[in-house]
Amino acid sequence: MSATPADDAPDPRRTVWQSALRFCRREPLGTFGLLLVIIMALTGFSAEWIAPYNPTANDFAAMTEPPSLEHLLGTDQFGRDLMSRIIHGARTALIVGLTSAIFGGFSGLVLGVSSAYFGGKIDLIVQRLSDIVMAFPLIILALAVVAIFGPGVQNVILAITIPLIPRCSRVVRASALTIRSMPYVDAARACGFGHTRIILRHMVPNVMAPFLIMVTSFVGQAILAEASLSYLGLGVQEPVPAWGLMLQGGAEEYASTAPWIAIFPGVAIMLAVLGINLFGDALRDALDPKLRER
Amino acid sequence: MRAWLLTTGLCAAMALGAVWPADAQAPKRGGTLNYMIAADGGPSLDGHKETTYAVLHATAPFYSNLIRVNPENPSSTTDFICDLCTEMPVPTDGGLTFAFKIRGGVQFHDGTPLDAHDVAVSWRRIIFPPEGVSSAREAAYPMVDKIEDPDDRTVIFRLKFPTLSFMPALADPWSFIYSRKVLEKDQHFYERNIMGSGPFKLTSYEIGQAIHGERNPAYYQSGQPYLDGFNGIFAPKQQTRVDAIRADRAALEFRGMSPSARDQLVKELGDQVSVQESDWNCGNVFTPNHKKKPFDDVRVRKALFMAVDQWHGAEALRKIAIVRTVGGLVFPGSPFAATRDELIHFPGYGTDIENARAEARRLLKEAGAEGLTVEMLNRNVDQPYIIVGTWLVDEFRKIGVTVRQNIVPTGPWLEKMRAGDFDLAMEAYCQMVVNPIADSGRYLPHEIYKENFAYHDDPKQVEIYNRMVRETDPAKARVLMRAYENQVINVGAHQLPTLWFYRIVPMRAYVKGWKISNSHYLNQNLANIWLDQ
Amino acid sequence: MYQYILKRVLLTIPTLLGAAALVFLLMRLIPGDICLVRLGSGGASFDPKALIACHKEIGVDRPILVQFLEFIWGIIRFDFGTSMWSGKPVSTEILARLPISVEIALLATTVAVGIAIPLGTISALKQNTWIDVAVRIFAIGGIATPSFWLGIVSVLLVLDITSWVSGTPWMPPIDYVPIWKDPIRNLSMAILPAITVGYRYAAVSMRMTRSAMLEVMREDYVRTARAKGLINKLIINRHALKNALLPVVTLIGIEFAFLIGGLVVTEQVFNLNGVGRLFVQAVQNQDYTLTQALVMLTVAVFVFTNLAVDLLYGWLDPRIHFA
Repeated sequence: MSATPADDAPDPRRTVWQSALRFCRREPLGTFGLLLVIIMALTGFSAEWIAPYNPTANDFAAMTEPPSLEHLLGTDQFGRDLMSRIIHGARTALIVGLTSAIFGGFSGLVLGVSSAYFGGKIDLIVQRLSDIVMAFPLIILALAVVAIFGPGVQNVILAITIPLIPRCSRVVRASALTIRSMPYVDAARACGFGHTRIILRHMVPNVMAPFLIMVTSFVGQAILAEASLSYLGLGVQEPVPAWGLMLQGGAEEYASTAPWIAIFPGVAIMLAVLGINLFGDALRDALDPKLRER
Repeated sequence: MRAWLLTTGLCAAMALGAVWPADAQAPKRGGTLNYMIAADGGPSLDGHKETTYAVLHATAPFYSNLIRVNPENPSSTTDFICDLCTEMPVPTDGGLTFAFKIRGGVQFHDGTPLDAHDVAVSWRRIIFPPEGVSSAREAAYPMVDKIEDPDDRTVIFRLKFPTLSFMPALADPWSFIYSRKVLEKDQHFYERNIMGSGPFKLTSYEIGQAIHGERNPAYYQSGQPYLDGFNGIFAPKQQTRVDAIRADRAALEFRGMSPSARDQLVKELGDQVSVQESDWNCGNVFTPNHKKKPFDDVRVRKALFMAVDQWHGAEALRKIAIVRTVGGLVFPGSPFAATRDELIHFPGYGTDIENARAEARRLLKEAGAEGLTVEMLNRNVDQPYIIVGTWLVDEFRKIGVTVRQNIVPTGPWLEKMRAGDFDLAMEAYCQMVVNPIADSGRYLPHEIYKENFAYHDDPKQVEIYNRMVRETDPAKARVLMRAYENQVINVGAHQLPTLWFYRIVPMRAYVKGWKISNSHYLNQNLANIWLDQ
Repeated sequence: MYQYILKRVLLTIPTLLGAAALVFLLMRLIPGDICLVRLGSGGASFDPKALIACHKEIGVDRPILVQFLEFIWGIIRFDFGTSMWSGKPVSTEILARLPISVEIALLATTVAVGIAIPLGTISALKQNTWIDVAVRIFAIGGIATPSFWLGIVSVLLVLDITSWVSGTPWMPPIDYVPIWKDPIRNLSMAILPAITVGYRYAAVSMRMTRSAMLEVMREDYVRTARAKGLINKLIINRHALKNALLPVVTLIGIEFAFLIGGLVVTEQVFNLNGVGRLFVQAVQNQDYTLTQALVMLTVAVFVFTNLAVDLLYGWLDPRIHFA
């Protein structure tokens, strides 16, 4: 809470490792979050090798078994190993979370920056369109997407991505607007640089901080959205291993007789989103110059 | 024909395996029953128009019917008794004319008398709906030529041809008798309002939430109803319903719960809960689309069937889903149903599963369809659609076929099947009264039976069916049924019937008098239920 | 100023119209229709004639443009017609579900504000102490927990705990009674869902309060006040909190608008007959008129809440100029 130490200013001579170390030292919570995210990512990438069982294979000899040495987290009503399903579910969560966040964030970035840069009619139209999507209930969009295109992973991603776009473009536009009025953008124009160059070289780098913070939080939001959609029967579909799906149907039915079916996937979602958010918060503190001064 | 009727009745009565508690006590009067309706509330209240049991479970207590399934023996498929009529008619004209005498002294809840004209007008509305009125069961009465009401006490049904299927169709629980005066003013009145002559009078209806009824003191069945009233609460989620029975927020729901719900309630409530169970006249069907490659090849379809281990699947699924019995085209327990020995020769019914799967792989290889990856259309209903579908997907994996489930809401599910826009489909259907020959008509080609979505063509199958329909000797008809079944499952491998449903109704032990039947549509007017408190 | 307000109000029109067109189109792109669902959901066979009669009865056999214009004309007159599923006026259907949803939204907001503002303020004041860490973890926990999961677990816990304590399990009522008829029954039904929804809501608001507080604390006038030796409590009450509350109020307003849509899942868990559940039913049944009306309702709530927040914001904070 004390005043600013002098070494707080960014130091170009510092190596990546040093900055990382510094981040860890200054942001223990963020480091913990990062650790969770890394564990989740490693689990997802290496699911085939570390999962003890086939996540979709039914085993009618071992239905709703409590955690044991054979099945560390127990089995579900089809006798599928929960541990293996959670491990493979990390991959689904990563795919859904990252793809939605990246597509949603990137489209939002493009729309937001160009909307701010060109202004006028383009801005007006983009803003009205994003108003419509923002106001439109997510559930209707998701229901419609699933009913029209079917419920596969890619359609779930589509349903989750669409509402993220305007939210990102709003924020990006707001910060881009302040940059647009800066003298150096006018200078660049005066020099006769093309729109693309100005946007890419001057505007985009300057909105990167809020953008990265937002995209990080999108990953967590997308994982939660997938869980909610699955709960309503609109998400990823059986027998694909996905955390949200594991909480739907059976989990609730067996919540009191075989609680492990409901508890472990719920904990997995919580830890993942918690990790992403803790990391995102720390990232914000590190990137946002206004908040840096502590 | 009479022999047929007798055999069917007898066998059905003994075969259904319904578990009824012995109710030796005399019914007590009084009390209010809280029960749950296992669905979202909200469709119109018009029984002539709707098909979901959500409407029937909410409205049946308010209405009377012409005839009904005997509420003391609801599992029987032939035990029909009078509700508004005075005695079951003897058909005349060689089975073409049925004249019903209507009870005197029956009143609608608004105090107006109910007579034969009300009955006739209601039935005409169902069978010959006037312009602007949609009747859901119009197609169930192709045999009815006209309905006459010569005087206040007589209703005559005149048929186009004699048929045994008329009486079961007439016992349809949806055929509420409405007031003709009300209908004359507004044909859509009953969509939004309730006004019948049944054992209970409406006290209030909270849209989508609950329906409340109180005893109709003028009810014509002596002594009934026993309850002072009831609260029917809409509760679409099974877990809510289980919790509610556990905490005694409600005494039961009538549709049927999963085995795990039953086990949980029995474990937690002990002798405070009683359970009634019965085979359920609802079947699951696995349908490959014959119009889509490679399912136009009988070898591929057979291979898929062979991958399924029905006997072991049944053992496992009966613990987690509302299914239980391996069967063919006919409701298990009916004298027309195939025995185990008759079934085991069909693909998907064999007892040596390793052998069958090896054969399946060989067939796939022969047909050039190895390593197939396809989609299976399914409905987004947990019990039993998704569970049975998930089981099948894993069975297919064992012969190297990758199946992705395309689980969609009811509307798109129906539309995609009707449009032939699918590779494989998971279907399930429920019927009310067991009628093996009529019911197995759903396996006929799409050209003949519009709701068959295998889109196959099989003149031999149709020929066998037509002979079966005209056969009056039950023994010979049974032989034809085996040939028909063989044609559907084995020779043509058109569709695979998978496990039949099993109905489990756990309830608070103080609920007495209600008896389970093989259909959740039957026996729902609550008049004979009483509370032992 | 008035020009700005007028412009903002006029700008809501294209948003509303766009949403209307979108929902109209989306609903009709979904394969199947309400007649199919009505006739075929039991799995029994039906007459194709019945399907045609049903289409005619609800008017979907008319040209699509006629249907659309009728819908728009209805919006203008605030008349959304009758529900295709129940035959009742859409307004009756929605009004029947509104009380419980609004009640839970209000209760959840109360819970959220009651937790968020004090905790967020303390967290900012005690930045980087263990209190701050605990509050932040509590807040992120709220964001990270799926609310339906929290709902499932809490119902189960209540059942198990009451069963263990008193021998007879207890659960909240499963049917709604208006608060003026039986307040205890009503509240015992509403409180659990309000807490599960409110936790997430509180978490979001708490984080906003904390960071807004932190920013304000660094503003010059607060520093000056501190330098002048004013005691912390006074600074917080008189200067910091008041200004920090602006963005928090904004967030609370916007979250409230989102809440109606966000209740969809919670209402399923607790068997609440609210607007959210009606929404899912309407879409699943492909009830065009009801879905359209519900979408227009949520969009309108969202648009006008935003408008109100914007105008209020500008009015409260004189630094913002109306361009």
